[in-house]
Amino acid sequence: MSELTTKTIAELRDGFRSGEFTAREIAESFNAAVAAAKSLNAYTVETPDDALAAAEAADNARGSAELTPLAGIPLGIKDLFATSGVDTTAGSNILKGFKPPYESTVTANLRKAGAGMLGKLNMDEFAMGSSNETSAYGPVISPWRRKGSNVGLTPGGSSGGSAAAVAAGTAPGVTGTDTGGSIRQPAAFTGISGIKPTYGRCSRWGIVSFASSLDQAGPMAKTVRDCAILLEAMAGFDPKDSTSLDLPVPQWEEKLSSDLKGKRVGIPKEYRIDGVPAEINALWDRGIEWLKDAGATPVEISLPHTKYALPTYYIIAPAEASSNLARYDGVRYGLREEGVKTLDDMYAATRAAGFGAEVKRRIMIGTYVLSAGFYDAYFTKAQKVRALIKQDFRKAFEQCDIILTPTAPSAAFGIGETTDPLAMYLNDVFAVPASLAGLPAMSVPGGLDAQGLPLGLHLIGNELDEQTVLNAGLAIEERADFTARPEKWW
Amino acid sequence: MSVSSEQVRHIAKLARIAMSEEELARLVPELNNILGWVEQLGEVNTDGVEPLATVVDQKLRLRDDVVNDGNIREKVLANAPEAQHGFFAVPKVIE
Repeated sequence: MSELTTKTIAELRDGFRSGEFTAREIAESFNAAVAAAKSLNAYTVETPDDALAAAEAADNARGSAELTPLAGIPLGIKDLFATSGVDTTAGSNILKGFKPPYESTVTANLRKAGAGMLGKLNMDEFAMGSSNETSAYGPVISPWRRKGSNVGLTPGGSSGGSAAAVAAGTAPGVTGTDTGGSIRQPAAFTGISGIKPTYGRCSRWGIVSFASSLDQAGPMAKTVRDCAILLEAMAGFDPKDSTSLDLPVPQWEEKLSSDLKGKRVGIPKEYRIDGVPAEINALWDRGIEWLKDAGATPVEISLPHTKYALPTYYIIAPAEASSNLARYDGVRYGLREEGVKTLDDMYAATRAAGFGAEVKRRIMIGTYVLSAGFYDAYFTKAQKVRALIKQDFRKAFEQCDIILTPTAPSAAFGIGETTDPLAMYLNDVFAVPASLAGLPAMSVPGGLDAQGLPLGLHLIGNELDEQTVLNAGLAIEERADFTARPEKWW
Repeated sequence: MSVSSEQVRHIAKLARIAMSEEELARLVPELNNILGWVEQLGEVNTDGVEPLATVVDQKLRLRDDVVNDGNIREKVLANAPEAQHGFFAVPKVIE
């Protein structure tokens, strides 16, 4: 039943319900695909029994009571989500062996909806990275390769294991998290779809914290419809997260429509930046034509503070990270470095041994910008510029209903090719502004570049308007007709 | 503004991360590179702008002041590198 792994979640759901195949067959197909794809290094833990148990429950329930929305669907879970009794390490040595005695709200919601778990997915350490190279488990290798080349490529990051798992057909859908592009950039690099909802839609409870004012969970899958199905199950009010939005979850899937008549598509002129390959700008222009074809009207808009978004992010995110990661002290969970005499030395030795270079770099920057004498010059200044970035979007959405941009300034690059931290940060130049403004944003595949690698288009919606984001995504999906899949080499 | 190796040593101490001289020497130019880049925010006129506190406007909720959790000591201690007599154990602090 290997062809089951090429199906979308909607197809699996419908085929399972109509009796075309069983949930057990679905779970077994994906379990086998996971086991056969170890060379991608996408999974940190495999949980085939979990997927089989959920499948058995689904098969037993079929035809009897009302089936839950994700009955029969196995998913991959990013290693940032606490999963009860299953290793949860955020891709870091400092959490090696940590088995949470609780379940994150998002994964609990997915389980309640009937989903099983195929395993935990590799990621950049503490979600800090854009290439999956900062993981303590080593990098994920993208299933995609350049035409006629064997060079290992990055699937992007930080949700790189998640992206590779979907692109390689080892999970029909996965969870990701996005702090400054960590769902959208890897989705673009691997030719799949991924959406980050409005900040507060998905509970952050039980997700290992990176930068709390930016972190949002979201789904990644083959299609826009699948993203809508998963997001409906993941989202919802949670009293355990003080920033969770107390709003009903819309029926995004039922209301999906690629008819964009009357919608205005904002094209921000500041996103035409130097050094972006012509292919990416050409795809952007094609995207505008596709949305016009779906009935929308393009309008030029201005987001004047765009160029300041990345430097703002690289003050705020490290500042929040330095506070959040203070909890890793070798006392309550995770690694403890032995052989030192004092408590202070134990803290310092544990953190030195447990954190990787990029995490240390960001903790250091964050500690510096929050330290006495520098707080106002860096952190307060960044929070003011963040307010201006938010205001840019507020004004833009008076003129338009949805914004279209490229997702990333390049296609996937080779592992080890980008060594300068600043050059790596620039990967998220198009993704970060929406994160700073808390807006829903999505990447959908648009086409292949000359080397045969996927490129993504990026849709940014107004606050709480995931529906227009998904609808515009569907309009692009229908017109881009992106059917390319990586040739199996793993 | 740029940071000296003395300052980087101090930040590492504040962050409780032990660092060798080589690591410190490598971090000084890296941090200066990043800090030099973020300083472009100085160009932005932010006079009279309130720093953003919450990204999506919402009120902080209150809950009833009642105990709704607890009695899970074993679970809390289950992942501790060292636990003794129902407590987290750390290297001796008082001689």
